[in-house]
Amino acid sequence: MSETDEVIQEFLIESTESLDRLDVDLMALEDDAAPEKRIANIFRAVHTIKGTSGFLSFPKVEALAHVGENLLSRLRDGVLSPTPEIVSALLAMADALRGFLSHVETTGTEGPAAHDQLVALLSQLASQENLPQAPIAVQFVATKANEAEDAHPAEAFDEGRSGPLADTSIRVQVGLLDKLMNLVGELVLARNQILQCAAGNEDSTLLGATQRLNLLTTELQEGIMKTRMQPIGSIWSKFPRVVRELARACGKDVELEMVGKDTDLDRSIIEAIKDPLTHIVRNSIDHGIEKPERRLSAGKRQAGTLKMHAFHEGGKVNIEISDDGGGIDPVRVRAKAVERGVVTPDRAARMTDRELVNLIFLPGFSTAEAVSNVSGRGVGMDVVRTNIERIGGTVDVQSQTGAGAIVRIKIPLTLAIIPALIVTASGERYAIPQVSLVELVRLDGSESRGGIETIHGTSLLRLRGNLLPLVYLGTLLGGSKAPAEHAEINVVVLQTDERRFGLVVDSIVDTEEIVVKPLGRELKRVSVFAGATIMGDGRLALILDVLGIAQSANVISEARDRALKAASQVAMTAIEEPAALLLFRTIDGRRMAIPLGLVARLEEIEPDTIEHAGSDRVVQYRGDILPLMCPPFRADASSVVFSQDISLQVIVCSEDGRHLGLVVGEILDIGEEVVSSREVRRGAVPVAIVQGRVTELLDLSTLRAVPDSSFRQPSKLLEFH
Amino acid sequence: MVTQFCTFNVGNLLFGVDVVLVQEVMRYQEMTRVPLASPMIRGIINLRGQLVTAVDMRRRLGLPEAPEGSLPMNVIVRREDDAISLLVDEIGDVIDVSAEALERPPETLMGTARELIKAVCQLEGALLLVLDAQQITSVADTERAA
Repeated sequence: MSETDEVIQEFLIESTESLDRLDVDLMALEDDAAPEKRIANIFRAVHTIKGTSGFLSFPKVEALAHVGENLLSRLRDGVLSPTPEIVSALLAMADALRGFLSHVETTGTEGPAAHDQLVALLSQLASQENLPQAPIAVQFVATKANEAEDAHPAEAFDEGRSGPLADTSIRVQVGLLDKLMNLVGELVLARNQILQCAAGNEDSTLLGATQRLNLLTTELQEGIMKTRMQPIGSIWSKFPRVVRELARACGKDVELEMVGKDTDLDRSIIEAIKDPLTHIVRNSIDHGIEKPERRLSAGKRQAGTLKMHAFHEGGKVNIEISDDGGGIDPVRVRAKAVERGVVTPDRAARMTDRELVNLIFLPGFSTAEAVSNVSGRGVGMDVVRTNIERIGGTVDVQSQTGAGAIVRIKIPLTLAIIPALIVTASGERYAIPQVSLVELVRLDGSESRGGIETIHGTSLLRLRGNLLPLVYLGTLLGGSKAPAEHAEINVVVLQTDERRFGLVVDSIVDTEEIVVKPLGRELKRVSVFAGATIMGDGRLALILDVLGIAQSANVISEARDRALKAASQVAMTAIEEPAALLLFRTIDGRRMAIPLGLVARLEEIEPDTIEHAGSDRVVQYRGDILPLMCPPFRADASSVVFSQDISLQVIVCSEDGRHLGLVVGEILDIGEEVVSSREVRRGAVPVAIVQGRVTELLDLSTLRAVPDSSFRQPSKLLEFH
Repeated sequence: MVTQFCTFNVGNLLFGVDVVLVQEVMRYQEMTRVPLASPMIRGIINLRGQLVTAVDMRRRLGLPEAPEGSLPMNVIVRREDDAISLLVDEIGDVIDVSAEALERPPETLMGTARELIKAVCQLEGALLLVLDAQQITSVADTERAA
């Protein structure tokens, strides 16, 4: 089946279904005391049919749906009320649409039917407030039109629905698939037990049967899994065409970029995000990306870029749709919101730009100046949010006026299958999503003691010169306070939010594809877990939330932020919070400290690798030139003579991409500053009490002030040569 | 009107839950401990592929700990979209109680029990404490702090 055929098939199945629901809603409309919700449903259904048929080039369907939509939007706005006449006309419209659809299904074209009368009637109803005559005639005209003009009368239509479409696909309740999947999981466990029992048996019939059971179960399991998972590419495949045609219709030049096509999503999620994605794409092209002339005059490329990006992160599926168009103007949004009575002027005045921009998700909100055929009825973003929140997701928009907007959708993984690393800590198994995994490090005996610095409960691992904060999983989860002395130490290096840390676990078991199951609501608060999964033996293992761990261990975000903050405050006079400091002894025996945030690596270098550049001493380091300095910085510092026999301890500091190597006598410890006196008096040395001892603080501002300081960009150093 | 109650023992008390809400009753199930969760939550169990949180009723009701080595039974109670397991000492019979036999819990009842017990019923030789299913199945996050 070609791609286009596939799209058309989907359109037919969906439209037929929504027309059936529309019938029910229409019939109920007359009796409904509060019909707003039903009208909104009907409106959305017709809106979707109109939109899709427009892309697929079924102009008659589109035209009919368009007039229907006009009428419905008046109903929605409360200008008209759903009288029997209107309902009849809408029912007739639904019938006529069905006629078109069945024709499309059998012949691939819309057929000769025009339904001019019906179109005229719908327009008339929409434009008048006094309702016209003859509802029965309407029904009659429409039905007659159907029969007379449609080459395939009602029977053919019915046949069509139970025929070709039903042969290739059926719709199954997701709940049923869930249940099947759970049952298959249990079957796998039962199978495992039987296999174990049969292993010691010599009955060949039994062995044969278990063998078959084994294979069948595996296949069944794979099959059930597959029924639920789909790469997002399966719905993205229609977007290049949608974008192209939409861009043409709007007279714009748009390039579509898609990243992460093979991100697997649960079937139910795919279904639920299809419409929202289409709406967002439409909005981006219609409202976001400017016309070529305007882009050029704004100094942008003529062609706008629309980027769709899908990825798994933090146990969620993330989809980002960004454009480099004009963005959303918060001022216009505010004006519109007030005009429509969505928010009070008072409240609107207090809202931040970001809050304002997110108002576009409210029902009935649209900033388009003119109602276009593509969007601008204020139905799109409202549908987007409804659909995404229904599956427990969130949607957020960020915009920069003039530079573009980005819509971020986050959907829970719930049933998505993810690869995970299984580890143990304190006798329990835990699963770590592999997305966050960087590498595994195993430290044996002496290495483990040498590589890890443990001070005041804060542990750091020197890993290839990098300082990696360590978190002991067992301790974090309330195990023993002092991590047991193991002969070997397993470190799982994880990355989250651009930051790395090492998770120390008791052992590393294996990698496995796991099915994420959400925890009960009473456990949602425990942020270190993202869910649980059922292991091969039927027992449960908790899935670790890497971000949650980083936050609750305070190692990553806060400590680092703190260190960075400390670094930036060193130049100032005071620090509110205690800063993590790296303590060292200088070559001449002083005790000094430097903010940990500035420390990039700890290195040992051989004295014979030191070269000279002018009065500076440098080493070649990772393809760069690293200037060496010898604290404390004094005029005679460069005269310090290094011993040629022992390797030198060097603290590699980096700030703003500049590097500097501090040659020190000994690296002592890591500690927190307790009391500091750093009133910048001329000539005074900033000191602090660290671990009960007065310690000089190495101030980088001093460092920069040193006249012959080499603390500058490595590239500039080349000038010395 | 007669209500059927699924009864069970926790400590030396007899409790009842409307049988309509009880999905099933099971012997001891292996649990996976959830570190950092409320102490009332003993762990999670795998109920034929469904994840169920197990709540220690002794701790929930503020009763002394069960003797070492005793294995609690599970009363699986349905909720709107999932289920929760109440860990109890022993499962009793399903008994019929007429609406008239149900009395308001004594005013002197204090503490946690006060919120959890909806009614009492005098049986021969025992006092049945009818639990409020809504309350008993919601182990709020805040309770850990309390």
